[in-house]
Amino acid sequence: MKRTSSGTLLRVALAVAVVAIVPWIVPSFLVFDLVFVAAYAIAILGLVILTGMNGQISLGHGAFMALGGYVVAVLAHGAGWPYWIGVPLAALACGAVGIVIGLVALRLEGVYLALATFSLAVATPSFLKHFKSVTGGFGGLSLNPVTAPPGVPLDAQHWLYYVSWGVAGVCFLLSALLVRGKFGRALRALRDNPIAAVSFGVNPYVYKTLAFAWSAVLAGIAGGFFAIATAYVSPDTFSFALSITLLIGAVLGGIMTFWGALAGGVVIEFLPLVAQQVNAAAPSVVYGVALILVMMFVPDGIVGGLLRLVRTASFPPSAASVAVEQPTRE
Amino acid sequence: MHELAQQIVSGLATGSIFASLALALVLIYRAMGIINFAQGEMAMFTTYIAWQLVQLGLPIWLAFGATLVIAFAGGVALERIVIRPVERANQLTIVIVTLGLFIAFNGLAGWFWGYIVKSFPTPFPTSPIQVGGIGFSAQDLGIIVVSLLTLGLITLFFQKTKLGLAMRAAALYPEQSRVMGIRVGWMLALGWGLAAVVGAVAGIMIAPVTFLDPNMMQSVIVYAFASAVLGGIESPVGAVVGGLVLGVVINLLGTYVEFIGNELRLAAALAIIVLVLMVKPSGLFGRTVVHRV
Repeated sequence: MKRTSSGTLLRVALAVAVVAIVPWIVPSFLVFDLVFVAAYAIAILGLVILTGMNGQISLGHGAFMALGGYVVAVLAHGAGWPYWIGVPLAALACGAVGIVIGLVALRLEGVYLALATFSLAVATPSFLKHFKSVTGGFGGLSLNPVTAPPGVPLDAQHWLYYVSWGVAGVCFLLSALLVRGKFGRALRALRDNPIAAVSFGVNPYVYKTLAFAWSAVLAGIAGGFFAIATAYVSPDTFSFALSITLLIGAVLGGIMTFWGALAGGVVIEFLPLVAQQVNAAAPSVVYGVALILVMMFVPDGIVGGLLRLVRTASFPPSAASVAVEQPTRE
Repeated sequence: MHELAQQIVSGLATGSIFASLALALVLIYRAMGIINFAQGEMAMFTTYIAWQLVQLGLPIWLAFGATLVIAFAGGVALERIVIRPVERANQLTIVIVTLGLFIAFNGLAGWFWGYIVKSFPTPFPTSPIQVGGIGFSAQDLGIIVVSLLTLGLITLFFQKTKLGLAMRAAALYPEQSRVMGIRVGWMLALGWGLAAVVGAVAGIMIAPVTFLDPNMMQSVIVYAFASAVLGGIESPVGAVVGGLVLGVVINLLGTYVEFIGNELRLAAALAIIVLVLMVKPSGLFGRTVVHRV
């Protein structure tokens, strides 16, 4: 078992403190936006594990968010079940479907998986429109807005904020426990050299399917919070653009680390505002160009790029190389 | 019986559009092992250029020709500027770069021309053509003729010209081709140019049917994926056959199977993609690739 370094613990403690304080120092409309940051971060975390660590390219995680969101919405709308039952059931449903799709994904290598999941993302809204009796079809389903339980001295927004970030914290913690040690090593080995990994006794079926299922669970939880926060689901909530947005977040944030998921969540919630300042008419042009430039120049995303900057700043290569090259004179 | 014949011809018409876009995908996949997720959006963008030229007063066929020239130049430029720097990067990087192009073209079209659906002039007569007592839409027949003509010309180019031979050689044996004096980089760029041209033909042919809007190609590209996968993603012949078969099957399923209707056509295409990839990943016409350990 690898030991957690004190630096990591410090950073986590700092992150928790920031999350706890932030809703009291930002304007109240931002608190609502930050709920979406939590949901995006959870979903992107799934992509970091699946695509970043295991190398399975999914362009269709919006479909799992749709499943999660609709499970919560249908249970609440039709049967009147509370959200705290709906979200775990959404996670379970997505995990089950994730295992099935993960088994299919085993047969699809690299870019073929990207192609199939891309098609899944495009087809998702038409599924939702087709099964009208369950999903409400084109018009979607509306839900009751969240209120804080009696006795909790918080308004609805702050309550939802703390619940969503609490759940995000649990998701990050569980994922961290999951990928440290054997499981994480197996995922990375299967990504980097599948043949060698299998020869060393790593079972690709088990690990790749589990990675897929776990990332689906995370997307499902994120979808559930999406539904609760907007108090409404429709086929357009989970359009093809959502799947692509998740991938953009993962790539811009940094698809190799958990911190990248956090950064990615912030980026996709707030980048539209920035992009609109750069080009009010077509923010998506800014996205597209940013995506291409990042892949060309900072392929490890914001977090990866920052980490490299910090490392070069604390160990300047020039100083190091000078020290090595300094000829010794007597 | 008449209706069935009409449905089949109309399926062949949409199928020949799938076939064109699938061929564009296959051209790039064969040359570089890349699936260009932006192929549909490039086709959409060039179709808008054609629309703009028509608005400026050009006759439709002249606008068509001019658009193909622009598409070719654009495709070559894209390969040189955007794809070349990441050509040797890993699969994820390339997938994301082509998705970046996807988003950028979609946004550019919305920026320049807006998101309001526009009608596109049809280059074909509107009255039906009688064949054996059955009236077929002239539009459908025109789409089939133009698409197949384009595909035929591309085949002739690859089989009968020196440049086409050089391009095939560069795709299959880049190292040896370089030794023979073929400029492999430029051959790949030409491939992107040709793919853009074939895509533009598909876009201009389908625009009078689906109307112009920045998202017009998003489902068409899924059908093109399904066609390419069905035929075998390395096989140009497969892409064309796959497209025509898929066009007819999807049209008949949508018309005669109540459960599928309009909305589940895309799901049917998705099912075809997944089934073919699971059962026979090399498709109908592809060869099986054996990996050496």
